[in-house]
Amino acid sequence: MIPNLSEIFSLTAPEIVIAVTLILVVLVDLIWDKNKVPAMFTAALGLIVAGVVILNGMPETGMIPNNYMVVSDKLGLYFKFIIVLTTLFILLFTYDSKEIIESHLRQGEYYALVYGMVLGMFFLTSAVDLILIYIALELLSLSSYVLAGFSDKETRNSEAAVKYLIYGAISSAFMLFGISLIYGLTGTTNLYGVNEVLSTTVVNIYTLGFAVILIIAGIGYKISAVPFHFWTPDVYEGSPITITAYLSVASKAAGFALLIRFVSITFIDHVKADGEWILNGAFDWQTILIVLALLTMTVGNLSALWQKNIKRLLAYSSVAHAGYILLGVAVLTNLGLVSVMIYFAVYMMMNLGAFYVVMLVANKTGSEHISQFDGIGYTMPYAGVALTIFLVSLTGLPPTAGFIGKLYLFLALLDSNMLMVAFIALLNTVISLYYYVRILKHMYLKNVAEMPEKIETRGYSTVVLSLLVVPVLFFGIYWTPLIDFAKYCVEFVIK
Amino acid sequence: MEGMPILSLITFLPVLGMVIILLLPSRNEAGIKYTALGITLLQVILAVMMLSGFNYNLPGVTDESTFQFVEKFRWIEIQEVSWLGTVKVDYFLGVDGISMPMVLLTAIVSLIAVISSWKIPKAIKGFFALFLLLDTGMMGVFVALDLFLFYIFWELMLLPMYFLIGIWGGPRKEYAAIKFFIYTLLGSVFILLVMIGLYFSATETLADGSKVFTFNIIELANQANYNSDGILSPFNPQNWRYIAYIALFVGFAIKIPMFPFHTWLPDAHVEAPTPISVILAGVLLKMGTYGILRIAFPVFPEVTRELMWYIALFGMINIIYGAFVALSQKDFKKLIAYSSVSHMGYVLLGMASLTSTGINGAILQMFNHGTITAMLFLIVGVIYDRAHTRGIDDFGGLATKLPVYTGFVTVAFFAAIGLPGLSGFVSEALVFVGAFSVESIRVVTVISTLGILLGAAYMLWTLQRIFFGKFNEKWEGLTDIDSREMAMFIPLTIIIIFLGVYPSAMIDIMNTSVSALAEFMNSAGNNLLGGM
Repeated sequence: MIPNLSEIFSLTAPEIVIAVTLILVVLVDLIWDKNKVPAMFTAALGLIVAGVVILNGMPETGMIPNNYMVVSDKLGLYFKFIIVLTTLFILLFTYDSKEIIESHLRQGEYYALVYGMVLGMFFLTSAVDLILIYIALELLSLSSYVLAGFSDKETRNSEAAVKYLIYGAISSAFMLFGISLIYGLTGTTNLYGVNEVLSTTVVNIYTLGFAVILIIAGIGYKISAVPFHFWTPDVYEGSPITITAYLSVASKAAGFALLIRFVSITFIDHVKADGEWILNGAFDWQTILIVLALLTMTVGNLSALWQKNIKRLLAYSSVAHAGYILLGVAVLTNLGLVSVMIYFAVYMMMNLGAFYVVMLVANKTGSEHISQFDGIGYTMPYAGVALTIFLVSLTGLPPTAGFIGKLYLFLALLDSNMLMVAFIALLNTVISLYYYVRILKHMYLKNVAEMPEKIETRGYSTVVLSLLVVPVLFFGIYWTPLIDFAKYCVEFVIK
Repeated sequence: MEGMPILSLITFLPVLGMVIILLLPSRNEAGIKYTALGITLLQVILAVMMLSGFNYNLPGVTDESTFQFVEKFRWIEIQEVSWLGTVKVDYFLGVDGISMPMVLLTAIVSLIAVISSWKIPKAIKGFFALFLLLDTGMMGVFVALDLFLFYIFWELMLLPMYFLIGIWGGPRKEYAAIKFFIYTLLGSVFILLVMIGLYFSATETLADGSKVFTFNIIELANQANYNSDGILSPFNPQNWRYIAYIALFVGFAIKIPMFPFHTWLPDAHVEAPTPISVILAGVLLKMGTYGILRIAFPVFPEVTRELMWYIALFGMINIIYGAFVALSQKDFKKLIAYSSVSHMGYVLLGMASLTSTGINGAILQMFNHGTITAMLFLIVGVIYDRAHTRGIDDFGGLATKLPVYTGFVTVAFFAAIGLPGLSGFVSEALVFVGAFSVESIRVVTVISTLGILLGAAYMLWTLQRIFFGKFNEKWEGLTDIDSREMAMFIPLTIIIIFLGVYPSAMIDIMNTSVSALAEFMNSAGNNLLGGM
């Protein structure tokens, strides 16, 4: 049962890198007490190393069912890679964030806590044991509760943190209850073991259904699926923008990785040659996921329509996007999984970009109210154009990467003949257009002074923004590399 | 000209212009304007060069080898894995007799629109940059032969159009712009669904003999390419072809705009600045009918045959309804907008006949309506620039004050009415001849002829109220048109008169293709209908 040392390294190399860097960040921060730059560089360097380790490890890994608590496979590495990229961007954002810079003395803790989140998320993407899943989830959550209330300038920060904590505590209690029920039913916490039991013996389907629903509540909280999304707008609005952006991308990526792994390991019977997943019939995943997905995107989009605070608006928009992604999972095919992975890569770029522009504007104006965006298109031309591209991409219009994400999602849906579902999802994108364009309206259409004063944007911000704008446009026109990478990372072992 | 990628040039030249304009400082207004003018002029020259090299005897339509100026290469190719076949998308451009007139129209109308934008009041740089992006989208739609590429160009126009109406428009610009945006996006959503459905239903055979799913419009029109279980395959007994056809048709109909999806049009037209109204009426509306001819007809021949009566019926409703609403308008621009609704009805009616005469008439009507309505909107723009009102009843007796202007107005109005000797007459006549020859839609056609009468009524009445009768002293200070405005009116007038006297110049371009299309609709439609 106890793996040898080389196995430990091959299974958890990225996690080891992150854990070591976490310690280094704390040490560096202690050594250079006043200067926060070394801590930041250590943090960034650790991530780059982790990224290299992930990419290097990819060709060798194959999915091997084992009795350990983790597996190392391409799917997990893909999501880890997304998390690494997101974290790197967040560090870049942080350097530019007024909110964080103003709490200068506590910056060291900030990096350490972000690393705590990364470690939790890394374990979530590769855990195959319910115990480890729970611990990783708690590690992620505890770090993020603190980060949500990080800034001491504003009371809404603390409010967000407390709300996040209360909702989080309840949902993790649900999850723990679900885990214990599954253990009671099957006598094991290893997902492969659970699968084994479910396909060989008959368990009480009501108890199992109840347990699974409790676990869905736990995961649904992380990916902010309706009806577990109530914390999202408040927490997103209250947290520092860097953390909001981080929660909306990275923590969702981890949640989705967990969901995919939970469904595909615990409940799968086999994968057909055409990529369709045949489940073992213990639980009707498809129906419940489709209902959740449609509910999530519709509620998210409709609630976003009237929001006046851009962070809140983007919070609801991210709820809606969780719905689209969930639909990709609900297809339960390899193509669906590819569409989820592509959507995530794209969503990372466009959502981070949108939050970054909001941060730049808030840095200047001190508020994220939509009226602060009046005439931004003229006073901050590059940021305006960039936000336009991100919003167009979030809507899913060509020629942006967002369209490719949506396209593959709909390809997956229609490949499985889910025409009505695809239709509802498409109607949702039409609804979403309205609120995204409302931001454009404020940026460009509001009457502004004849010769508006230009607001200076730092060269640094321009570069960071370009790092996100260029791929959003590039992958919108030539997306072969994106698909190839995602396709390469989809692999299943058929029992 | 051999080997020159002329279609890519004509399509992406405006993007190049856009980049140049973005690099120019916004103070350099003359430079920006002349760049836009130069680019669109070059586009016209390229279009004329294409016309001179265009072979009138090659049909195109459903025969890939007879398309002209073809550029085709692999754009996206994703290798096969066991659970997903090869994915490929081609960059595939080409023209035939159906798209050639539209390319000409787009080039000409864009040039005229640039001339008419000379006096745009604010943010000149942004205006021309967006305008040129829009130009690329429009041109791309007419030359793309891959459904995916077509869709990208189709969507590319939405955002520039939103800004062009929303920033430079009239008092209710925000409402008009978002309404346009949401309506058209709703339409494209339907098109996207059908596009993906078609993708999974048909394969094309590559050079190495392998079969791959395809977005190629020409391959999609070939019934032999369909598999047996695709949801849009005619060989699947539970297929969704009727629903898909209606969805696709609605997607395009929103753009035409066909009753009852027309409500965005008057708002967009009234609020849009003059050059954008010109583009809207001159080119954008044609994309709807072009899409139907290029995609909906050849891909779903049997459904088209079954539903042709309904298409004709909606054509008739457009004609009559548009004309009646136009009659009641007090706003000059709104009147022209509704006359557009009415005139696009003729296109629908002509297409629905599925005869070569009718389709020839429809495409000719698309071209003629493009030029005539462009001129009508310019006319509105000229008077609005001077008087700052568009109320028809505010004017009166302008003919004595503005003789040259009134001269052009008369030509355009009579062309819109369909007076013999001017271009509008020929296309409407062909539409009616074509439609009348088909027995099933004869009644509809006969009722539609009322539209001509109503058209004459609202046009002549407007002419009388604005230009004749007692002169309204308030407009003592109005000046006649200047040389820049002459430069927009004269070319359009020449085209209108020339095509009125010698319509064969345009019909010859399209006739071979149209006959091939009509023939295909009959044979393929019969095959599929007989087989079921």
